[in-house]
Amino acid sequence: MKLKPTIAISAAGLLFNPATGDSFAANPVAIEILGLLKEEQTPAAAKAALLARYEVEAHQLDKDWDDLVAQMREHNLLD
Amino acid sequence: MPQPAGPARPVLTVAITGLNAVDSPGPGVAVARALQESPDFEVRLIGLSYETLEPGIYLPGLFAHTYQLPYPSAGTAALLARLEEIHAREQLQVIIPNFDAELYNFIKVAPQLRARGIATVLPSLAQLEARDKLNLAAFGAQHGLQVPADCRVHHLGELPAASRELGWPLVLKGRFYDAVVAHTQPQAEQAFLQLSARWGVPVIAQQFVTGQEINVAGLGDGRGQALSVVPMRKLYITDKGKAWAGITIQDEALLALARRFVAATQWRGGFELEIMRTAAGELFIMEINPRFPAWIYLTAAAGQNQPAALLRLALGQSVEPMTEYAVGKMFIRYAWDLITDHTEFQQMAANGEL
Repeated sequence: MKLKPTIAISAAGLLFNPATGDSFAANPVAIEILGLLKEEQTPAAAKAALLARYEVEAHQLDKDWDDLVAQMREHNLLD
Repeated sequence: MPQPAGPARPVLTVAITGLNAVDSPGPGVAVARALQESPDFEVRLIGLSYETLEPGIYLPGLFAHTYQLPYPSAGTAALLARLEEIHAREQLQVIIPNFDAELYNFIKVAPQLRARGIATVLPSLAQLEARDKLNLAAFGAQHGLQVPADCRVHHLGELPAASRELGWPLVLKGRFYDAVVAHTQPQAEQAFLQLSARWGVPVIAQQFVTGQEINVAGLGDGRGQALSVVPMRKLYITDKGKAWAGITIQDEALLALARRFVAATQWRGGFELEIMRTAAGELFIMEINPRFPAWIYLTAAAGQNQPAALLRLALGQSVEPMTEYAVGKMFIRYAWDLITDHTEFQQMAANGEL
């Protein structure tokens, strides 16, 4: 999963895709994940960071992660 | 309206049509607004109208004077005679026509206007006719541009063959305006009867293409170079299919397509490509408008003032191709009730000028 380099993320958690003109609102955890991906962390490293930071089971994180990826792919935000 | 700071700019008298800023708006008011921000000229704007209730006539601070023109159906002699009357009073230097339906006449009289010192920047008659919706499929094939498949329908008996060839749903378009998406044979027949009664035949049956609606405004120099290309995605679309809000976007494929259009056609003047981007990323040119669009002020707001660049072209001055523009710049159109006095309306209606 790699975020398109052109996607702009504002401090307020808003995403803008300049190729389509679409804007999205992301919740704080999603913004944190996108920040990790912007730093070019691998999904495994990003998930490890989230597991260390939040009280969440690995299987629940995997499920939420897959949901986020599916939504981002649908909205053409991933390379 | 904001005016660029700096040294005094030469004054230029420019006449503009398309003052019908209504729900399916003409581009004239937007062109005028962009020209007021020209870095090169201080413009004195003259309005040219066809109807007495075109809102641009009554908009304060825009047009120094507005004159009514004869309808395009009156022909080129009537147009030229009226423009000569106006020129005698206003000393016009540039005219920017903004209606598809009037372009034929303006192109025909352009040499006479030039002889009187009035410049225009218009496509040739051949260019105008080649991109006509009746000829769009052939135009696409000739220039390697992807356009929807279509066929002409002259009577109801030709509809079944059209639907077999193009599939369902089927888009039926009037010769000059209007489009209907038909999902069944009875719907198609009803649409054909309505469109042919209003706009005549042939009705154009077109392959249905779905996706994101994107428009590109551009300016060609007549020698194959695109001086400006700005793509806009429609964010809010009216029931007439017009963009009521839009946003500039960054997409190299769209820019390349518009530049290819200009290079292939040697287009001269403003234009608009109406494009559908499918889910697979294909770009279909749905229509080519031979003039600036009603949202043209967005190009000025985004940093490529196409109407201002057209003025330089009209005067034979050099125009460097513009490549940068602000991505994510939006327009949101609004409705505003202008208040005027009945005496102004009467003057326009009775005297044909205000």
